Amino acid sequence: MWKLLQIELFKISRRPRTYIAFVAIAAIVFLIQFALKADGKSYIDLITRDIEESFIIDKEKALNGYFICFLLLNTLLVQVPVLVALIAGDSISGEANMGTLRLLVSKPISRTQLMLIKFLACFLFTVALLIWMAILALFGSMLIFGTDNMMVLKSTGATIIERGDVFWRYLAAFGYAILALTTVAALAFLLSVFAENSIGPIVATVCIVIVLTILSNLNVPMFDKTIRPWLFTTYMVGWKGFFYINYNDDGQTITGSVENWHAIKRGIFLLTGHIILFVGIAIWVFRKRDILS
Amino acid sequence: MKKTVKCMMILTTLLFVNSFIYAQDINALVQKVKAKIELVNDYEAKGKMKTNVAFLKVPIANVMVYFKKPNKLKIKNEKGFSFIPKGAVNINMNNILSNKFTVLDAGVDKIAGLAVRVVKLLPEDDNSDIVLSTLYIDEANALIKKSKTTTRDNGTYELEMSYGKFAAYGLPDKVIFSFNTKDYKLPKGVTFDFEDGTKQPKAEDKTKAKKAVPRLRLIIIV
Repeated sequence: MWKLLQIELFKISRRPRTYIAFVAIAAIVFLIQFALKADGKSYIDLITRDIEESFIIDKEKALNGYFICFLLLNTLLVQVPVLVALIAGDSISGEANMGTLRLLVSKPISRTQLMLIKFLACFLFTVALLIWMAILALFGSMLIFGTDNMMVLKSTGATIIERGDVFWRYLAAFGYAILALTTVAALAFLLSVFAENSIGPIVATVCIVIVLTILSNLNVPMFDKTIRPWLFTTYMVGWKGFFYINYNDDGQTITGSVENWHAIKRGIFLLTGHIILFVGIAIWVFRKRDILS
Repeated sequence: MKKTVKCMMILTTLLFVNSFIYAQDINALVQKVKAKIELVNDYEAKGKMKTNVAFLKVPIANVMVYFKKPNKLKIKNEKGFSFIPKGAVNINMNNILSNKFTVLDAGVDKIAGLAVRVVKLLPEDDNSDIVLSTLYIDEANALIKKSKTTTRDNGTYELEMSYGKFAAYGLPDKVIFSFNTKDYKLPKGVTFDFEDGTKQPKAEDKTKAKKAVPRLRLIIIV
């Protein structure tokens, strides 16, 4: 099994498209960090306009590494599903396209094992991508902008989290993001079983994610209780839940707390369920399939 | 008839004299309070700032309060970034009493069982941002226990003060500062909030209850 995984990881590492994701993330992170270093105060002005009517805000302190990383994740985690789909959507269909799939299944391992190894390789790629993102977005921003109390903006108001209470939230958020992006990888992996070339599953995954994200963000009462709670895209931004801190009756934040654990737990449960479902269907279909390519 | 007229004249004279003495008395009281506050040239104080407003959820901040005569006041968070209410800096007793004003007596009232004199200050400057200030003064100690200040553009500011070891200088140990804030709203598309439709009822109820009065309550304990 370990040998097989090594081979799969070697295959991923040999594909030039693997590095597109890492380069794209680095480019976005550096561009945003540069822009905010150059003129971050204007951005703070824009987003805190309403608060500034009544409060004095120290913009230099507000623009710290923790805040910048939150902004970066907000931007990146919308685009990263596309980058994950690039690899996961290619895992089976790529072999079919190159004509190596038949050869692969003729090896003395079960099809289930083969599929699990392939998916594990996709999962490790997703983890590597997020570790790369954490190094650049979190540690890079902490290095460039320093650390301070973190301001979190919601549509209903603003929250301040004390400096010492932020780091564990990022670790938890990255952990959650791994789960969310693995769901996208599982979807792309499932679609790759049905295709003979890589483009189809990649484009289909991106389209499905876009359509479902729109549905998740549409404030239509009919969807709110019926469709929305069951879409995995509703929980893609669930990492933010770790930054929604709980507060007491006087409005003071409670250190180490999370406002809605229930939503996070539900997100973890549903995303895991989706991963099992997508990978399960992919294995089931692959086992039944007549491999001709 | 003559007797009645005489009586009325005496009564009117007495009332006039009385109100004159009373006006002098209230002016003297305000001057006494002002003189007490003016004893302080500058100070630095450590304090804790508790902010209570519907759209802000912030921790209790350790702050330093800096003052320099006549009315320069600065509040700075010792540990890091926080929201400092503008009114707390702009509307303070030194600021109110340093302007020229007309004093009006508004009778007596009670604050926490203590009898206080109510005084209204009307600024003489027509362009002043402050329209009216009402002070609730503890006459025996010449201390302002409470004040309400109505401004031209930013609503009403209310200060409640508790005194301790610096009462001799008119400096409170605890200040509760309340003022109206404008409501805050960012478009959902800008923030991409995480909502799964299962908000905790406790959190929602609290927000709703506070949303009804967009008023900030700031407590600084020195």
